[in-house]
Amino acid sequence: MDKTIGDVAAAVADIPDGASVMIGGFGGSGAPIELIHALIDRGPRDLTVINNNAGNGRIGIAAMIDAGMVRKIICSFPKSKDPRAFTEAYLAGRIELELVPQGTLAERIRAGGAGIPAFYTPTSFGTELAAGKPTAEFDGRGYVQERWLKADYALVKAEIADRHGNLVYRKAGRNFGPLMCMAAATTIVQATRIVEPGAIDPEHVVTPGLFVDRVVAVPHARQEEDLNIEGAVYA
Amino acid sequence: MSDIANIKLSNAQIAWRAAQDIEDGSYVNLGIGFPEMVARYQVAGRKAIYHTENGILDFGPAPAPGQEDWDLINAGKKAVTLNPGAAFFHHADSFAMVRGGHLDVAILGAFEVAENGDLANWSVGKSGVPAVGGAMDLVHGAKRVAVITDHVTKTGAPKLVERCSLPLTGVGCVTRVYTSLAVVDIEGGRFVLREKLAAISLGDLQAVTGATLNLDGPVADLIVPEL
Repeated sequence: MDKTIGDVAAAVADIPDGASVMIGGFGGSGAPIELIHALIDRGPRDLTVINNNAGNGRIGIAAMIDAGMVRKIICSFPKSKDPRAFTEAYLAGRIELELVPQGTLAERIRAGGAGIPAFYTPTSFGTELAAGKPTAEFDGRGYVQERWLKADYALVKAEIADRHGNLVYRKAGRNFGPLMCMAAATTIVQATRIVEPGAIDPEHVVTPGLFVDRVVAVPHARQEEDLNIEGAVYA
Repeated sequence: MSDIANIKLSNAQIAWRAAQDIEDGSYVNLGIGFPEMVARYQVAGRKAIYHTENGILDFGPAPAPGQEDWDLINAGKKAVTLNPGAAFFHHADSFAMVRGGHLDVAILGAFEVAENGDLANWSVGKSGVPAVGGAMDLVHGAKRVAVITDHVTKTGAPKLVERCSLPLTGVGCVTRVYTSLAVVDIEGGRFVLREKLAAISLGDLQAVTGATLNLDGPVADLIVPEL
């Protein structure tokens, strides 16, 4: 078994128009910038993007929006230091927004990966974000029913991957990665280092390789924050 | 009526007062922005462990400029450091800590707080780009949900009200409010005044409050150091 694939272009080569794509990261932390840029090079359109945010600056997800690839974004916080790309597209009506509380977004993705079609959460009960959703009372308290969230693809950044797809993340770059790996039909991971099976202590595996389909080495991955400090533009 | 602009506490002083109620050994989430300031005034000899939604327990202050690691940030996307004993975890575990009632205290900012404990702090209405982040999750689950806020808005309108007029973050969730003039508990659907600045009369405080301030025992002076 060897899930490694030659380069980032090959890793994303089959993502078609209209696909739903989960993209790991919280702001720049854990953002798989090189996979996103490879997807921009390929240029599928009409995508639904699932991420905590909606891009920052002129790179990564913001550059996907600028390239006109994104039809809809499902996120909790579409604001950033430099939110121009999303803000302009949203106010011009070119992009649809599904705003989801952050913990609900995480749990919907987890549920999608875990085979749980719906669950009840106290979050958003009594607020406008619960409008139209079924509610129920359990032990005297109100809860909102939320549906699972799955995707055709996930793009995730890890620190170490072995050839079987077992993953270790880097610091708080972990965030949505383990959840998105579970919830996508095809999970594509960029890793700073690829090692042989057995090189990761089984006690330290965070995402078991079963949830991962493709692994590509990106040894000198850039941080979104550093690129933005440099004023980088990806187009 | 006293000029409240001259007597009111600074944000740092409000944060200091809120920090006095954080007990040793507490697990605490501080909302992004103003609430983050509470960590600066942790009481000497007490250890609180701070949680951030993006998957860290026991993070510390910002690193020296140039030492930032952009995989080590807080929910406000600011670079942080780690304390000995820190832990990383994914987002579903992070919000299990929140909703599951495992945090002792959450401290949030507010546009409005109502006497029934409703909080509005995520949206000022329809225009622009809406963003909620973790606010609606954080108001559920912490054993104590406290708000720190100026007592009135920049235009002088009360922020403590009978019912919120702005979109709600959560219903019946707030238990204590630390303002620039007073400390107010929310009990049984009403505001109960616990502390107020000595320089403001009860009548003047009530005049800048949008709902009845009830008394339940003595009201202490709100005493905060110069900061």
